Amino acid sequence: MMSAVKRTGTTAFLVRRGLAGVVTLLVASVLIFAATEILPGDIASAVLGRNATPEALAEVRAQLGLDASLPSRYLDWLGGFVTGDLGDSAAGLAAGADSAPIWEQISEPIRNTLILAGITIALLVPLSIVLGVLAATRVGRTVDHAVSTLTLVAISLPEFVIGSLLVLVFFVQLDVLPPVALVRPGENPLAQPRELVLPALTLLATSLAWTTRLVRAAMVEALASEHVEQARLNGFSERRVVWRYGLRNALAPTVQVFAQAVQYLVGGVILTEVIFSYNGLGKELVDAVVVRDVRAVQSMAMLIAVAYIVINILADLLVVLLVPRLRTAAS
Amino acid sequence: MRALRFARTPTGAIGLGILALILLVALAGPLFAPHSPTKSIGIPGTGPSADAVLGTDFLGRDVFSRLLWGGRSVLGLAGLATVIAYLAGGIVGLVAGYARNVLDGLLMRFVDVLLAFPPLLVLLVVIAGAGTSLPVLVVSVALVQFPGIARLVRSLTLEASGRGYVEAAVIRGESTAAILRREIIPSIAGPLSADLGLRMTFSILLIAGANFLSLGLQPPAADWALMIAENRDFLELNPWAVAVPAALIAALTIGLSFTGDAIARMLGRSDVKGLR
Repeated sequence: MMSAVKRTGTTAFLVRRGLAGVVTLLVASVLIFAATEILPGDIASAVLGRNATPEALAEVRAQLGLDASLPSRYLDWLGGFVTGDLGDSAAGLAAGADSAPIWEQISEPIRNTLILAGITIALLVPLSIVLGVLAATRVGRTVDHAVSTLTLVAISLPEFVIGSLLVLVFFVQLDVLPPVALVRPGENPLAQPRELVLPALTLLATSLAWTTRLVRAAMVEALASEHVEQARLNGFSERRVVWRYGLRNALAPTVQVFAQAVQYLVGGVILTEVIFSYNGLGKELVDAVVVRDVRAVQSMAMLIAVAYIVINILADLLVVLLVPRLRTAAS
Repeated sequence: MRALRFARTPTGAIGLGILALILLVALAGPLFAPHSPTKSIGIPGTGPSADAVLGTDFLGRDVFSRLLWGGRSVLGLAGLATVIAYLAGGIVGLVAGYARNVLDGLLMRFVDVLLAFPPLLVLLVVIAGAGTSLPVLVVSVALVQFPGIARLVRSLTLEASGRGYVEAAVIRGESTAAILRREIIPSIAGPLSADLGLRMTFSILLIAGANFLSLGLQPPAADWALMIAENRDFLELNPWAVAVPAALIAALTIGLSFTGDAIARMLGRSDVKGLR
C-alpha cells in the first residue's frame, strides 16, 4: 500500500516535470532558431564571407534549404533534431563538401567534454562536502573565515583568468605541466592524463568555491535543527551527529547544489576548452560562432539545452527520492 | 550614513579599497600612459625595460600603456549592460509583482524559460545570429541578466505591496504610478543594492569572457581580457603581458564581490546564491 502511493507520487512528479521540460525545450528551440535566423543577412553569405560568388551563394543556399519559408525551415530543423539528424554544417558546405553532417563533427568532442566534466565532478562532490562541512562545524572560527574568504575570491575570478594564471605558474615558471590539451581526432584524452590536469583544475577552482559555500550554508542550517540537537542530547559522538544526522538533513539542498554546479559547468567548460584548445563541444561551439556557422550553432545549442534540462529534472527526482517528506509536497 | 555601515566591516573595507584603486587606474589611467596604446614602440615580446616598464606585447606595443587604457571598455560595457538589465527587469518585475494577475503568470513563465539556459550559451547564440558588435554584446549580456532581476524585483514588490503603508496609499485612492514610485520603489531599493554588486560582477565576467573569446571588442582595441587572449601564445616571451591584465581583472571582480558580500551581510540576506 505504502509503496504504491510512493510510486504514484514519484511517477506523477516525473510526468509533470517531463512535460514542463518538453514545453520549455520547444520554446527554447523557437528562441534559438529565431535569434539566429530572423535577423537580416543570411547564413550562406555569413559563412562564405569573401568567397561569396553568386554561384557559390546559390549552391550553399540550396544545400541548406534556405529558399524555403522561415516556419518550414524551423520545422525541418526541429524534425531533424528530434529524429537524430542534426543537419549539415554550413561552414562545411561552404568549403565545398557535398555533405558535412554536424553529428560526425561533434560526436568525439562530446565524449571529450564528458570526460573533462566527469573528472571535475568526481573531484568536486567529495571536496566541497568535506570543505563545506568543515567550515559549517566551525562557524565564526579561523577555518570558516579562511574557507569563506578564499571561496569568495575564487568565485569572482573568470575561468580564463584562473586558467592563464595556472599556465603561468605550472608551465612558464615550474615547467611541469603542458599549457594546452590538444586531443587529436581519434585519440582518447585519458591517454594523456597530464594534459587534463590544468583544464580540470581551472574548472574545479570556480565550481568548487561556489558549491562549498552552498554546502556550508545548508549544513549550518541543518546543524541548527532540533533533529540534530536531539541527536546531541542522546549522547551520540559529535562526528556521528555531524555526518549522520546533520549531513542527512542537508542532503536535499546539497543535491540541488550539485545539479546547479553541473549546469554551471556547462558554461564554464566552454571557456576552459577554449583556454586549453581542448577538442570538446564547447570549443566546437565557439568555433562555429566565430565563423557564424548558424546551423551548427543551432543544433549544438539545442543539445546543450536538452542536457541542461535533463540534469535539472534528474536532480529534482533524486531530491524527491532522498527526502520522503518532499514527495507529498511535490504532488 | 547607516547605508554605509558595510564599509566598516573588514570585507567591505577591503572590497571598497580594491574597487577604488581599480576604478582610478581604469578611469584616470589614459592620462598617464607614456605611449600610444595602439602603436608599436619596439621589438615584439620583449621583457621590462626603462622605456616599457612591463615590456612590449606580441605586436611590439607598450604593455603598460595598453593596461592604463584597457579598463574603460570592460567597466563601461558591463555598466551599460547592467543598467539596461535593471531597467527592463525592474519594469517587468514591478508590473508582474504589483498586478498579480494573468500578466504576472505570463511574464514569470517567460522568465523561467530564459533562466533555464546557461548564460554563456545565450550570449553565443545571439552573437552567432547577429554578428560581433558592441551593441550586440551589451544587449545580449542585458538579456542574460534581465530574468534574474525581474524575478527578484517581482518578489520584493509582492512583499512590499502587502505592507500597511502601501495598502493605506491604495485606500487613499492614489494612482498606481504614484504608489509604485513613492511607496514601492523606495522600499525595495535597499535589498536591490545588495544584488547590484553581484550583477555587476557577473556582467564583467560575461563581457570579459566574450572579449577573451574575441566575440566582443575587436583588435586593436586595448582591453584587459583581449590582452590576455592575444598574448597567451607568447607567454614565455613576456609573461607580464598576460599576468598583469589577469591580475587587474581579478582585482576588479574580487573588489566587487567583497563589497557586494558586505552589503548583503549587512542586510542579512544570503550571499552569493544568485551569482552565475
